[in-house]
Amino acid sequence: MATETKTVELDGLDQFRENLDLKLQDKHNENLTTLNLGPTHPATHGIFQNILQMDGEKIVDAVPTIGYIHRAFEKIAERRPFYQITPLTDRMNYCSSPINNMGYHMTVEKLLGIEIPKRAQYIRVIMMELARISDHLICNSILGVDSGAFTGFLYVMQEREHIYDIYEEVCGARLTTNMGRIGGMERDLSPKALYLIGEFLKRFPKVWAEFEKMLTRNRIFVDRTTDVGAISAERALSYGFTGPNLRAAGVDYDVRVMNPYSSYEDFDFEIPVGSKGDTYDRFLVRNAEVWESLKIIEQAYKNLPEGSYHADAPHYYLPPKQEVYRNMEALIYHFKIVMGEIDAPVGEVYHSVEGGNGELGFYLISDGGRTPYRLHFRRPCFIYYQAYTEMIKGGQLADAILTLSSLNVIAGELDA
Amino acid sequence: MELTNENVLGKIIEQFGEENITDAVNPDGIMTFQTNRQTIHELIKYLRDDEKLQISFLTTMCGIHYPEQKDRELCMMYQLHSLRHNYRLRIKVYFPISDPVMPTLTDLYATANWMEREAYDFYGIVFAGHPNLIRILNVEDMEYHPMLRQYPLEDQTREDKVNTFFGR
Repeated sequence: MATETKTVELDGLDQFRENLDLKLQDKHNENLTTLNLGPTHPATHGIFQNILQMDGEKIVDAVPTIGYIHRAFEKIAERRPFYQITPLTDRMNYCSSPINNMGYHMTVEKLLGIEIPKRAQYIRVIMMELARISDHLICNSILGVDSGAFTGFLYVMQEREHIYDIYEEVCGARLTTNMGRIGGMERDLSPKALYLIGEFLKRFPKVWAEFEKMLTRNRIFVDRTTDVGAISAERALSYGFTGPNLRAAGVDYDVRVMNPYSSYEDFDFEIPVGSKGDTYDRFLVRNAEVWESLKIIEQAYKNLPEGSYHADAPHYYLPPKQEVYRNMEALIYHFKIVMGEIDAPVGEVYHSVEGGNGELGFYLISDGGRTPYRLHFRRPCFIYYQAYTEMIKGGQLADAILTLSSLNVIAGELDA
Repeated sequence: MELTNENVLGKIIEQFGEENITDAVNPDGIMTFQTNRQTIHELIKYLRDDEKLQISFLTTMCGIHYPEQKDRELCMMYQLHSLRHNYRLRIKVYFPISDPVMPTLTDLYATANWMEREAYDFYGIVFAGHPNLIRILNVEDMEYHPMLRQYPLEDQTREDKVNTFFGR
């Protein structure tokens, strides 16, 4: 067991300082200023540090540092039974936690070979699309705030509260939503939840149309965002961009269409694409995606199939609490699942879902034990943020803030 | 040419030889095979540049530690995706922990930069030729690589918590 690690002839701290010194050598040039943006700066919406080299208002160079809220999820996951990993996934992209949950559950289902019923898949689709809407509306309205328009943010924030009301009705929690189970949903959609979704579908389009009207043709907003933080399709692909940020650059890659999961192939929707890959394009793509998400929810809501909301997999599906009180088998399985006594088969799977930000992937290796041997998260924010330096170089400081908020980098997902 | 696992594997073996491409399996529909450190850079470059394959999206990469496997303790997993043909591919390279050196892919993919830093941070894998190989998520003055399996999750000096029943 005791393996020797080789001492690596590379002192991180020294190298970091050295790199920084190289970058900051121009400091002797009296015109350049070093500006420490972050780690906690109100304009960065999260904990990232950026050491900027400024020539007046122009950014000459930037050194980004991350890891301020690193919580070692991949390490923790190696020590936890499969069910107990779900709460970790909530806390990655906390703006759209249901997508993280469902993605993880689908990965485990793939490993276990569980086929889940259509009704559960449709409920999942509704929840995931609601999460995408809440993610996009936060991103776009904050982009408005960063360019000086506060009203829109307050206006759509209320709609996010309504989405959270739906979550609350479905699972009891508003932010850290543990609504899924391995093998389906925790419970069926209640009549109240269905009513709330119906109401949301009626009311939300008006609100979103108004928000869209406020910014899309707004002279100040358009001037502030056009050609800001642009990235070409080639560079975006080389950086591994996915999701709205890649589609804004003109590549129509969407996991929901390319590798459909959870019966996305049943729904009719389009993939909005931009052309220039600048901040304004990213705003437009997200705006359009909200409309597409609404279309999907409407279809799933209207055609919600009858049937069970979970698969018949008693070894893995946590039984409903009422059953546990009445039924001996349910009690036994409940105990075994909660205590993590149930082994998974040996295997290796990769499953990805279209998260609010792009391809959210889960790579899982199981050695036949009750915990994963290795669980790796492919986190889209981690990938976007390394392109940030390149995207803000040559621009102004105020533009850098807009670029960051249009990339929608969520600190929880960046650091995991 | 339709990209199927057999087709692609045949093409890769034709190019790089059977001694370099081994142990092809298909665990979840994604073809997985092993290669070695000498081949990996050329292989990924070939997959990216070949006109028929166009496997040019480096989806993810990560390190894995198998302490029981003698001289194959560490593993780097690369997963690639062809956006044109919607074809996925997984490549693994095993190497001894006493010599944890891999070639860098930063000259092929910009995204490899931070992913390699992450693998270095967690597993101590040194990527030869990387422009800025420093820790990324952990503090700079950490003296070990925390994802190696000899390091337990909890602080072993604590006595107020018994962890026997939760998670082996």
